[in-house]
Amino acid sequence: MKVLLSKPGLDGHDVGVKVLAHGLIEAGFEVVYTGLRKSIEEIVQMALDNKVDSVGLSILSGTHLVLAEKMKEVMAENNLDIPWFVGGNVPAGDVEKLEFIGANKAFPTSTKVSEVVAYFNEIKVKA
Amino acid sequence: MSEVKTKITAEDMGVKKVHLESGIEVDPIYTAEDTEGSSIKHEMPGEYPFTRGIHSTMYRKRPFTIRQYAGFASPEETNERFQFLIANGQSGLNVAFDLPTQCGLDSDDPRALGEVGRVGMTVDTLDDFEIAFKNIDLDKITVSLTINGTAIIAIAMYIAMAEKAGYDISSLRGTAQNDILKEFIGRGTWIFPVDKSVKLVVDTIEYCAKHVPKYSPVSVCGYHIRESGANPIQEMAYAFCIAKAYTDGALSRGIDIDDFASRLSYNFDIYGNLFEQIAKFRGGRRLWAKIIREEYGAKNDKSCWLRMIAGGGGGGLTKEQPENNIVRSAYYALISALSGTQTMALCSYDEAYTIPTEHSAEISLRTMQIMIHEMGICDTVDPLGGSYYVESLTDRFEKEIKEEMKTVDQWGGIVNAVATGKIQESVSKQAYEREMGMQTGEVDKVGVNIFTREEENKEVEFHPYNQEAADNQVEKLKKIKASRNNEKVQECLTTIKADAEADKNLMPSIIEAVKAYATVGEIVQVMKDVYGEFEEPIFF
Repeated sequence: MKVLLSKPGLDGHDVGVKVLAHGLIEAGFEVVYTGLRKSIEEIVQMALDNKVDSVGLSILSGTHLVLAEKMKEVMAENNLDIPWFVGGNVPAGDVEKLEFIGANKAFPTSTKVSEVVAYFNEIKVKA
Repeated sequence: MSEVKTKITAEDMGVKKVHLESGIEVDPIYTAEDTEGSSIKHEMPGEYPFTRGIHSTMYRKRPFTIRQYAGFASPEETNERFQFLIANGQSGLNVAFDLPTQCGLDSDDPRALGEVGRVGMTVDTLDDFEIAFKNIDLDKITVSLTINGTAIIAIAMYIAMAEKAGYDISSLRGTAQNDILKEFIGRGTWIFPVDKSVKLVVDTIEYCAKHVPKYSPVSVCGYHIRESGANPIQEMAYAFCIAKAYTDGALSRGIDIDDFASRLSYNFDIYGNLFEQIAKFRGGRRLWAKIIREEYGAKNDKSCWLRMIAGGGGGGLTKEQPENNIVRSAYYALISALSGTQTMALCSYDEAYTIPTEHSAEISLRTMQIMIHEMGICDTVDPLGGSYYVESLTDRFEKEIKEEMKTVDQWGGIVNAVATGKIQESVSKQAYEREMGMQTGEVDKVGVNIFTREEENKEVEFHPYNQEAADNQVEKLKKIKASRNNEKVQECLTTIKADAEADKNLMPSIIEAVKAYATVGEIVQVMKDVYGEFEEPIFF
C-alpha cells in the first residue's frame, strides 16, 4: 500500500510527519512525502501522479478545518476517491468535524505512531 | 590518607551503566583526577575563554533578562499585550509573526487563507509596526523579532519605524532571529535558495555593523535544530557551523571581525538531563570563544562572548498531566541560570496543546522571578564551577562539539549539508528513534510511559480564528495601497530588483521601500523574481 504524506498550507513543522513516515516504512508501507508548504491542488496532483492509495495531511497551525474543506472540494473536482486522513495538532473536539467533512480518519494530538500504523493495517486489510 | 582510586566505573560499583542522550557514558563518581588536565583551574568568569560566564559579575550585578514569546493576531492586540507584559515587569519583548508574514505573503494573498493573524502578528506594511510599537519606549525595552525568511524586511521596518519615531538608530538596540540556515533544518519558513538566503543574512549583518551597531541582527538557533531531533552535541555543533557561515560571509564583505562578532547571539534549547545541558553550555561557550579568537583572530573579548537566550524547550513538555510541565519548566529555568544565560524564556505548561493563556504565561514569569528573588541564584557567579563532574563533562562537550563540526565539514560545509538535506535526514531519523524510545518505554517520561494515570482527555485549544480581524487587516491594506504614493513604491521595488541583480546589499533599498509603505509580499516577489525559490530536497 502506498501512502502520500503531505504538508498543506504554510505550517513548517515537519518533525511529526517525518516520524510517521519512518514508522509507516518500518511497518512495510510505501511512503511518498510532498515536502513543505504545498497547496491542496498540488497535493491532489501528486496523489494522482504517484497513484497512491491514501493521503495524509499534517497540520499544526490550526488551519485543519479550512484545509480539510478544500481537500474535499479539490478531490471531488479531480474525481479522486481514496481514503484521506488528518493529523498534527488536532483538538479531539475537531476529530468528528474532520470526519464529517470527509476525512476517513482524524488523529488528535498525542496519537501514537503505533495507533496510526494499526489504522493503516486495518484499511489495508479492507482494501 | 588513603590514595584516591583513579577511575571508578559502574562495573566497580556494581551499578548499571548510564549514557547521556549525546552518547557520553557517565561515571557514578567523579574525583579531582577527572579535572586534572582541565584548563578550568586557571579560568575566571568574565575572562577568556569565558567557560564560567561572559561577565565577571554575572547576575550579582543584573539578573538575566526575562523575555517571553508573545504576539497576537493584529498589531493593535499585540500592542495591548506588550503594555500588559511591561506593566508586569518584563524587560524584553519577543514578537511572534503569523505565517503569511514569515513566508512573505500579504494578508490578501489567496495562499494566506485562514492564516492571517493565526500564530502571531500580521505585518503587511510599516504601518503595522507603527501600531504595534506605539507608546513603547524602545530605549528601555529590548525587542526581539522572531522572523527568518523575511527578516531583512522586518529589520528594515523596525529601523524605519524607530527612525520615524525620532530615535537615533546608531544607538538602537534589539534582536532579530534571522537565522535562515536553521529554517532549512527545522521550522521551514525558507523562501529563497540557500546561498541567496545566507547572502541576505549577511546583508543585515553588514548594514547593522555600519549603521545600527548596537542592534543584534542574528540569533543563531540551536533550539529548533534540537527540537527537530538533534542531540545536545549536534545542537551546538550545527549552530556553530551556521554562525561561522554568516561570519565568513560578513568577513568576505571586508568587515572586521570585531565590528560584528559581538552582536551575534544564540538561542538554545533546554530539556533532558540537567548536567548534560549545563556542560553543553559551558563547554560550548569555551569552544565558541576559541573559534572566534583562534580561527578568526578577534582581538576584542566581547567578540568572543557566546551570548544566549536559553529557555525551556517545548520538546520536553507533555500533554499528559500538563501541570507536571510547571515543574519541568522550573528545572529548565534552573539549568539556564546555572549555565549563565543572558536571556530566559520558558514555554508555558499548557503550550503542548494550546496558545498560553495570560494565567499560564504568568506562571512562567513567576517561575523565573521566584528563582531570582527567593533562591539566591544571583548571589554567586558560576556556582557549579569546580564540580568534578560538571567540569569533566564540560571539557568533554567542548571536545565532542568540535568533532561534530568536523563531520559537517566532511559533508561539504553547512550550506551544502543543508541544501542537500544531509542534516535534515540525520536529525529526522533521530527524532523517530527518540519518539519510538518514548513510546516503547526505553526512555523514561513521567506521565507518559511511567507513573501514568487515567486522565480526562485534555482538549487541545487554539485561539478561535478571528475572521473579522483578518478581514480588517485586508481592508486596512487596501486603504494603504490606495493612499500611498504608488509611483514611489514602484520606483523603490525597481531599485530592489536592480540591487538584487547587481548583488548589492539590499538593506538600503528595502528600508526605502518600507518607508514608502511597500508591502512584505511586494518586496518578496521582486526578490523571488531575481533569486528564485528554494527547492526542498525530500528527506525523511
